[in-house]
Amino acid sequence: MTLSLQEPATAVVATGLRKAYGDHVVLDGIDLRVPAGTVLALLGPNGAGKTTTVRILTTLITADGGVASVAGHDVRRDGDAVRAAIGLTGQFAAVDELLTGAENLAMMAALHHLGRAERQRRTDELLSQFDLVGAARRPAATYSGGMRRRLDIAMGLVGRPRVLFLDEPTTGLDPRSRRDVWRLIRELVAGGTTVFLTTQYLEEADRLADRIALLDHGRIVAEGTPAELKRLIPGGHLRLRFTDPSQLTAAARIFENGTRDDEELTLRVPGDSALTSLRGLLDKLDEASIDAAELAIHTPDLDDVFLALTGQPTEATR
Amino acid sequence: MTTMTYALSDSATMLRRSLRHIRRYPSMTVPLIVAPVVFLLLFVYVFGGTLGAGLGGPAGGGRREYVDYVTPGILLLTVAGAATATAVSIATDMTTGIVARFRTMAIFRPALLTGHVIGSVLQTLLGVVAVLAVAVVIGFRPVESPVRWLAAAGILLLLIVAITWVAVVMGLVSDSVETASNLPMLLMILPFFGSGFVPTSSMPAWLGWTAAHQPFTPVMESLRALLMGTAVGDRAWLAVGWCALITGVSFLGAKKLMNREGPA
Repeated sequence: MTLSLQEPATAVVATGLRKAYGDHVVLDGIDLRVPAGTVLALLGPNGAGKTTTVRILTTLITADGGVASVAGHDVRRDGDAVRAAIGLTGQFAAVDELLTGAENLAMMAALHHLGRAERQRRTDELLSQFDLVGAARRPAATYSGGMRRRLDIAMGLVGRPRVLFLDEPTTGLDPRSRRDVWRLIRELVAGGTTVFLTTQYLEEADRLADRIALLDHGRIVAEGTPAELKRLIPGGHLRLRFTDPSQLTAAARIFENGTRDDEELTLRVPGDSALTSLRGLLDKLDEASIDAAELAIHTPDLDDVFLALTGQPTEATR
Repeated sequence: MTTMTYALSDSATMLRRSLRHIRRYPSMTVPLIVAPVVFLLLFVYVFGGTLGAGLGGPAGGGRREYVDYVTPGILLLTVAGAATATAVSIATDMTTGIVARFRTMAIFRPALLTGHVIGSVLQTLLGVVAVLAVAVVIGFRPVESPVRWLAAAGILLLLIVAITWVAVVMGLVSDSVETASNLPMLLMILPFFGSGFVPTSSMPAWLGWTAAHQPFTPVMESLRALLMGTAVGDRAWLAVGWCALITGVSFLGAKKLMNREGPA
């Protein structure tokens, strides 16, 4: 028998994961599959079970039922091998506040059993990659939220993990720091790292993930590429805005399936951005000599998907 | 590398971290020295005249004699007080995400605690030496016998290790840093309900019996006998036994607590 040195094609596989604390069922049998080198976003509101899933996959807790493997190793039976292959960044920045940024990274390098020279090299490399060179000699307690999160992610990368778990990496960050973190994640993925991301932001999942799994009350309610998920919502709509009520009334008479809003003077007509449907709409307006002030095309976004599948909006839109 | 090398190297990394914390956060260490010194001065200069007279020693007792009597009790108070720092640093680690981070790494697990324990033992020793120095300055005069000093130091070290492990358990069971800083107060009361400040024979019978048999008493009695040149007897073995028992039970408790699953 020959040992294959190839990376397993699937970085994370979970089948039927269940976890309950007393009567409270947190995970109710979830299945997940993350091909190596891709990004999966586990998307869901607070309390959906995202962090519990990460804790099981990173060997912090054991599932009550189901099996899971990470980087080809069973999380229950072969925890050490899993731990050697992963990096984790928690929802709450887990950095040592009394140590400086450089000391935090050097400590991680020592715990990864790197040689002295390699420790220093890796620390310097990550400090510059994460734009922390200027703050390297300051205690992490003095860092801003964005800097601390960058240090946190850098600490998870010291051992060059094959699978990186990012548990809500941008929660609580300002928009600019959030974009910084997104850029860093994209760079990592370009370098071949598999990323398992949890988030409650649809925009984040949409921008970063190859595939998205929607988690709600401990169940995966939908899974697919962002485009596939958007397709689950039938069509978008076109919105016409008018300058006076008589025009709106005239238009509403032509488009009987439209929804009128008398306060906003708008009419929502089901349809999409396809040219034929647009042309049809404009032709009908012309025939009736109705003058619309504005036309807006609304394509469904993940918010619509989430709302349609779970019956509740996400945190970001609430 | 073998597991053994990992064990040493990971423990050394964690110890380095602990020592850095102690250095960076002196406001945690300073009270550990100041509080027992204040108690020492209070008991020697304010209460010492009367309490010393009550001892009824060969020289008739007095402040001079009370310094010798109370110093072992103050040393135990120092050790008990240092438990606060240990419990707080453990609880801080547990309540922030840093322990979760360490636990998702392929490291020697016990290093998480051994780093803290060794660091705390060194921190406590520092406190004990400082307090002892003040005691000598104000008149504490142990017998000149390096063998007895060494034996006393040995017993004190065993006690420090035992109390540090108790503090680790206190830190692990605390769900907040505040709780962790309060729990060790229980330990600080023990030298008082023992032979630390007055002989147990001077207490009401029921209390005297309890005070004479609680673990701190044989430790203080042994230290006193060793340092004052009186007969030590079986007390030293009792002290060693108590320290070993407390260390063993706390160690097993800490191990169990460390491996439990936190809530989601």
